[in-house]
Amino acid sequence: MVKRGIERIYLGLIMVFLYAPILTLIVFSFNDSKSRAKWGGFTLKWYKNMLHDPEISKSLYYTLLIALLASVIATIIGTLAAIGIHVMKKKTKSVILNVTYLPVLNADIVTGIAFMLFFVAIGLRLGFTSMLIAHITFNIPYVILSILPKLSSLNKFTYEAALDLGASPMKAIRKVIIPEIMPNIITGFLLAFTLSLDDFVISYFTTGSGVTNLSITIYTMTRRGIKPEINAVSTVLFLSVLILLLIINKRSDRHAKKLGGMNV
Amino acid sequence: MNRKWLATPYLIWMVIFIVVPLVMVFYYAFTVKDVNGARFTLDHVMKTFDSKYMVALGKSFLYALISTVICLILAYPLALILVKRSKGGAAMLFIFILPMWMNFLLRTYAWLSLLETNNGLINTILRALHLPVLDIIGTPKAIILGMIYNFLPFMVLPIYNALAKIDKSLMEAAYDLGANDFKRLLKVTIPLSMPGVMSGITMVFMPAVTSFVIPNLLGSGKVNLIGNMIEQQFLMTYDWGFGAALSLVLMIIILISMGVIQRSDEDMEGGAGLW
Repeated sequence: MVKRGIERIYLGLIMVFLYAPILTLIVFSFNDSKSRAKWGGFTLKWYKNMLHDPEISKSLYYTLLIALLASVIATIIGTLAAIGIHVMKKKTKSVILNVTYLPVLNADIVTGIAFMLFFVAIGLRLGFTSMLIAHITFNIPYVILSILPKLSSLNKFTYEAALDLGASPMKAIRKVIIPEIMPNIITGFLLAFTLSLDDFVISYFTTGSGVTNLSITIYTMTRRGIKPEINAVSTVLFLSVLILLLIINKRSDRHAKKLGGMNV
Repeated sequence: MNRKWLATPYLIWMVIFIVVPLVMVFYYAFTVKDVNGARFTLDHVMKTFDSKYMVALGKSFLYALISTVICLILAYPLALILVKRSKGGAAMLFIFILPMWMNFLLRTYAWLSLLETNNGLINTILRALHLPVLDIIGTPKAIILGMIYNFLPFMVLPIYNALAKIDKSLMEAAYDLGANDFKRLLKVTIPLSMPGVMSGITMVFMPAVTSFVIPNLLGSGKVNLIGNMIEQQFLMTYDWGFGAALSLVLMIIILISMGVIQRSDEDMEGGAGLW
């Protein structure tokens, strides 16, 4: 009994530690005063204002656009890559995977700088395209890493059976492999999307020409004071991601059950 | 058609956008531009050994190490408690991971409002209780706090996953053979969870050692870590060659320490273990 009590207190304390700043943010997004410390009464004006602020709405637009484009492209390239890498010879496979791990293991700041030097060297003006390329690049490894383990646990004879029954390799991949790895593709996509949404360091070094995402805008604001509208935007984003995660979790659970039940 | 070819778009992408940019870092680190074009130099690399930069590097490693150890101490019991709850453990885990989906910069910035010496929330409470106030903004303590706060979920997750995988019958066997709770923890649970601990250490230490945002925000720019030094070379002094050399040194040290850590974690689940 005592032990259980101590455990509860421990969980509670860590939860307070993790949620205190987030709750402060959410609470202050309803604060009528501009101060970060004093409560000036309840208001919804920051939520009303947030879309009218050109700086915030522009960076929100770029954040979502880049996250969406980068995660979709990375998911396509990464899924094909995973299927291809899976059937490669062990040596080639390990060389490719080691290079793939580089952006994951490397420090963000080094990756960001490497991109910046590269874009400047090839004469690509820093801006939307450079940031998008950078995001796709750091997303792909996470897609591959979400899918590869599943591929090695698949029954390889179903694919061969499809070929024997006259399906073209493309069709066999589409009808046999893709449905089986779908939950992992979704996981990879979501992981890529959220990483992109939250990225600061790599975006910071690869953007220019007035293209900024929310993180960069927030970083610039920390020097001259955070606009309360940002708290509102982040609260909305946080809740949307939370809802998205819950829906996807439910959906992929059901999906897995259905597939299992039908014995596909 | 061979399925291998499906990887071709990625392989092209990988060479152009992963390999070539890293080669660029080497190129900038070892060349200097003058009227005759670029020529080889070791000056940038030699300059990284200046005491100023070595001190920053040392501090970065020290703070990252302290944060990693504290994260481990906090996360291990947490993961143990969560794993033990057969019902709802996964849902509880989700609650502890969730903060990661709030913007990283804002979360860190929120600590500023919480910790402010004069009218921060924490000090207001402390003052009401007649306790001494905390004055840590702008000190290494605040930076370490920020690191622990931001990277704790990265430690909890892999440890939880490793603990959840442990076969329950092993625990029963240890119990049958007369081991008490403490001995089981020491001889069964901890050794079997080592891969998770190793991934956790990597995933906390790495971003901590290279962070420049946390020291900028919570250290009020008074504490310069290696990440800040690199940022300054590119965005303030525009000494790209030297900045590249610093990045190179950092990258090599990290990849070496990673190699050492990963050796004990053969299946490399760290990156993919996020979900």
